Amino acid sequence: MARPPANGHRDEPLGAAVLAAEPVADPGRQLLARLLRERRGQVLQAWVQRQLANGAYRSGRVSEAEVRSESTVLLAAMQAAMARGGGSGVAEDAELAALLGSMSADRARQGYTPSETAVAVFSLKDALVAVLDEAYADDLAVLADAVRAMNAIVDGMGLQTFEAYTAGREAVLKSQQLSLLELSTPVVKLWDGIVAVPLIGTLDSGRSQTVMENLLQAIVDTGSQIAIIDITGVPMVDTLVAQHLLKTAAATRLMGADCIISGIRPQIAQTMVHLGVELGTVVTKATLADAFKVALRRVGADLSAVAGR
Amino acid sequence: MDRIPILKLGDSLLVTIQVDITDRLAGRLQDDLMERIVATGARGVVIDISALDLVDSFMGRMLAGIADMSRILDAETVVVGMRPVVAITLVELGLTLPGVRTALSLEQGMATLDRVLAAARTGGDSGDADDLTDNPGN
Repeated sequence: MARPPANGHRDEPLGAAVLAAEPVADPGRQLLARLLRERRGQVLQAWVQRQLANGAYRSGRVSEAEVRSESTVLLAAMQAAMARGGGSGVAEDAELAALLGSMSADRARQGYTPSETAVAVFSLKDALVAVLDEAYADDLAVLADAVRAMNAIVDGMGLQTFEAYTAGREAVLKSQQLSLLELSTPVVKLWDGIVAVPLIGTLDSGRSQTVMENLLQAIVDTGSQIAIIDITGVPMVDTLVAQHLLKTAAATRLMGADCIISGIRPQIAQTMVHLGVELGTVVTKATLADAFKVALRRVGADLSAVAGR
Repeated sequence: MDRIPILKLGDSLLVTIQVDITDRLAGRLQDDLMERIVATGARGVVIDISALDLVDSFMGRMLAGIADMSRILDAETVVVGMRPVVAITLVELGLTLPGVRTALSLEQGMATLDRVLAAARTGGDSGDADDLTDNPGN
């Protein structure tokens, strides 16, 4: 597939990134690779200009020098990936993907939206088309090939930045969820033989499982006979939540401890009756104080007011 | 082991399950236990399962079965020392063992049994820890 250099350009390497011969047979890719070799400076200039022309950079959050150095590195990485890439997935090349990922993360930190980052990458298309147009205007078939190849690659790169952004977000969410789960189910010892779990927030299956495990373990560790589950902070009790509470109460009983559910607000009591939720034989109290009083009596302690207070 | 030992302690019988129980072993335990209840006139049965960390529905049904059978022979059953994982498994299996009394430890189990039997002797109906529900101060 030896094509004579169009427009009289010598097929000579340009710049530092001298690369091995293209392993890919796709003529469009080959042409694109050659263009990058020969006219990298031109492409880079066009790309940087377009990025700077984009609204995101006018706010002055990033200087031209920064954009230029970043673009230079990216372009080189893209070129290297094209030289390495056997199949179609240039954007999936590990090195290029890592670079795009860190670029995406940097921009996200600087306050750019993921779209702005992607647009910055996509503006490479515009730059490449302009340069391709100038270089190969006389051979439309070749030009179409090259544009098609370029589209696939740059689209993939843009999507990579998106993927990296989402993955970063997801990681943050996961770690927050985990710390929330750890924070949200403390088992506190109220007295010798009495433990309590103040539940705050919505109870889902995962959380109620954690609550159950923590509570049962605490019962074993402290040798408690009474476990109080306080649901003052639970905003809504539906049949599913009630099911979870009943399961926890049943498991507590199996262990040989008694379970009291406290902190049922008036609206929740109404909702539960309307929904037909039955707590069965589980003891319920309106407030944690009531539950604690009962629990104290049960373990043989007594409360009495001190005279004169 | 082809037989689980049953120890007599006062007017109670003590069974400690320390091995993974097979269906055959479970059947044999039920037979032996019922015979011993009748032979000794025991009023209480304490089953210690603190060494057990694996249960299935069969095991759950066996415990419930022993409790029901003992009650017919006028003996109360207390299951003691259930581990959290075992409790969670049984609940997930839907076996909440409503007819079985439970206690955290052997000591507390014996205390529960004493209370229940004392209540039964004085004519109180179940003597269980029902004082959770009556709350005169409220």
